[in-house]
Amino acid sequence: METAENYLVKGDPLLEIKDLKVSFKTDEGIIPAVDGVNISLKRGHTLGLVGESGSGKSVSTWAVLQLLPKSAIIHKGSSIKFHCKDGESVELTDFKSKSREIRNIRGGEISLIFQEPMSSFSPVYTVGNQIMEAVRAHRDVSKEEAEGIAIDMLSRVGIPNPKRRFKQYPFELSGGMRQRAMISVALSSNPSLLIADEPTTALDVTIQAQVLNLMKELQEELGMAIIFITHNLGVIAQIADEIAVMYLGGIVEQGTRHDIFHNPKHPYTMNLLRAIPRLGKTDGGRLVAIEGQIPSPMERPSGCCFHTRCSEYMPDRCNVNIPQITQISPEHTVRCFLYES
Amino acid sequence: MSEQPHRLMEIKNLKKSFPLQTGFLGTGGTETVIAVDDVSFYIESGETLGLVGESGSGKTTIGRSILRAIEPTSGSVHFEPREGEAYEVTGLSNREMKAVRPHMQMIFQDPYSSLNPRMTVRDIIAEPLVVNKLLKGTDIDKRVLEVALRCKLNVEHLRRFPHAFSGGQRQRIGIARALVMHPRFIVCDEAVSALDVSVQAEILNLLGDLQEEFELTYLFIAHDLSAVEYISDRVAVLYLGRIVEIAPSKELFFSPLHPYTSALMSAIPAPDPDSPMQPIILKGEIPSPINPPSGCHFHPRCQFVQTECKTMRPELKEYKPGHYSACHFSDVMELPGASELGESSSIRTSKIRSSN
Repeated sequence: METAENYLVKGDPLLEIKDLKVSFKTDEGIIPAVDGVNISLKRGHTLGLVGESGSGKSVSTWAVLQLLPKSAIIHKGSSIKFHCKDGESVELTDFKSKSREIRNIRGGEISLIFQEPMSSFSPVYTVGNQIMEAVRAHRDVSKEEAEGIAIDMLSRVGIPNPKRRFKQYPFELSGGMRQRAMISVALSSNPSLLIADEPTTALDVTIQAQVLNLMKELQEELGMAIIFITHNLGVIAQIADEIAVMYLGGIVEQGTRHDIFHNPKHPYTMNLLRAIPRLGKTDGGRLVAIEGQIPSPMERPSGCCFHTRCSEYMPDRCNVNIPQITQISPEHTVRCFLYES
Repeated sequence: MSEQPHRLMEIKNLKKSFPLQTGFLGTGGTETVIAVDDVSFYIESGETLGLVGESGSGKTTIGRSILRAIEPTSGSVHFEPREGEAYEVTGLSNREMKAVRPHMQMIFQDPYSSLNPRMTVRDIIAEPLVVNKLLKGTDIDKRVLEVALRCKLNVEHLRRFPHAFSGGQRQRIGIARALVMHPRFIVCDEAVSALDVSVQAEILNLLGDLQEEFELTYLFIAHDLSAVEYISDRVAVLYLGRIVEIAPSKELFFSPLHPYTSALMSAIPAPDPDSPMQPIILKGEIPSPINPPSGCHFHPRCQFVQTECKTMRPELKEYKPGHYSACHFSDVMELPGASELGESSSIRTSKIRSSN
């Protein structure tokens, strides 16, 4: 295993999602949730996924791990390519959600942490027990060794007195502690990709700062890549290298964090940035709200999804055709007719 | 503003404790959680006082005790909706409270669970009028429509049920319901916390407009510090049931006097990659309010802790005009606040079509 990791270089491709489309079967018909998402992520990098509720942030990442509910359909032609630690690359959409292959990927190669750590831990096992379970699922170690690794993991994420915490149940830990314990479960098998789905949303700001710092430290130490899902633009500006902005199941703009925050191109991105209160900057001024409502996924607007709320709406164009991806710079892409020649 | 500002609310030595049964099925006796520990402050008419603090600091308990939605253990709340009309809210009987309640209303966090799913929007908004027997017959409909329109709801919406609305629309229904009584004072308890960014902006704007139009006074409780800074004139910071600092909004965020406020402000992630967050990382977590630390509640986590901090409770004292802090060393310390945003953070959006 050690030798294999020698040729894992930061910056090598790790995950390539191409034209991912996911729909849900419901009583009212088929509802598209993710519509043609392209993401490529390099080893050791952090990708931030931002967007409002219902934009498909979580669904896209659940598709990576084949964790979607039964009612979900991944369309033909969608591809999720992942480069494993042993140098092989696999097509994740080929795996059934209960297959041995995907279960090895989950936890072993890709880990997931959720917003609410209370509901992701089992209440009837101790914290230590649950970390050991994760360790032993992916490594061939004895119980004693696993216990050692688990206690080491707990102290690594900054939990004081890890030997005592090891024997406690999740309800005995505070919110910040639980999120740290969750991170230690996720990282116990040394994954190359960590998917963090709103990991700090339920935490207070001081604890959020602790957890963000911890994630950055561990990333440097372990060299993993992170997909960080959040709707908090402040958090994303602090942690992400690249950012993808999602609206109604599609990525409308993608670029480095400097591109997105200092040179936003898509009207939705610009609107989003103007809608947030900024400390010391909005004295007496008004916030710029985005006109109208997020359309229901049942009634997706034709053409560009954002045209119903866009200030730059061009009749007979935006509502008819779907804009193609335009390159602004090698790393900065946008889907908007304003930039198509 | 047509009238001279006066102290609309004056809260003195407010205390609220909850008994807590311990042991299996409560056989272990009782302990007390002191949720609000001797808090005094005032709110001037027409202003917005922000109340911030981490979970368990007693924000919501203060908001509810002032309205007597929960009974405070001790202390007094003096309420003056108009000059010359004053009430000692804490001493009133239930019957006397009825005369005061129309002046004070509340907006809740979760627009999904705070509206009765079986009532139409019209009935939800009209309910306070009916319960308080304020208006009758067609007058009710007139008032409901007037308020609904002001909150950007239309006639069509009034016939529908809450499930047909999005989060932002529901929050507007909640605001209309609070506003229908023509109150003087509204407690907004995490009123924008559950909303998406773009909707949050719309609700914050609406609250601002309504304040101007109806000369409202807000107590704005939230944990989102940027939203609080935006809407508040003054802000109070709570830690374990005590106020540690009160100051005009900007002063509190950028030149705090209390080490806890300073740590809190430094932890706000700025939406700008060029202003990297340099948080003062606090040791550990907020202690349990069942057995709070002695002296200054903050001393076990404070990086400047001295011996007297462990034994003496610091008083809330005025260090600069209008700027109060409860720290023994507020007059000698220089503390960092929120990271100031660079000029680059103002987004260049004016020439949106230039590259076309």
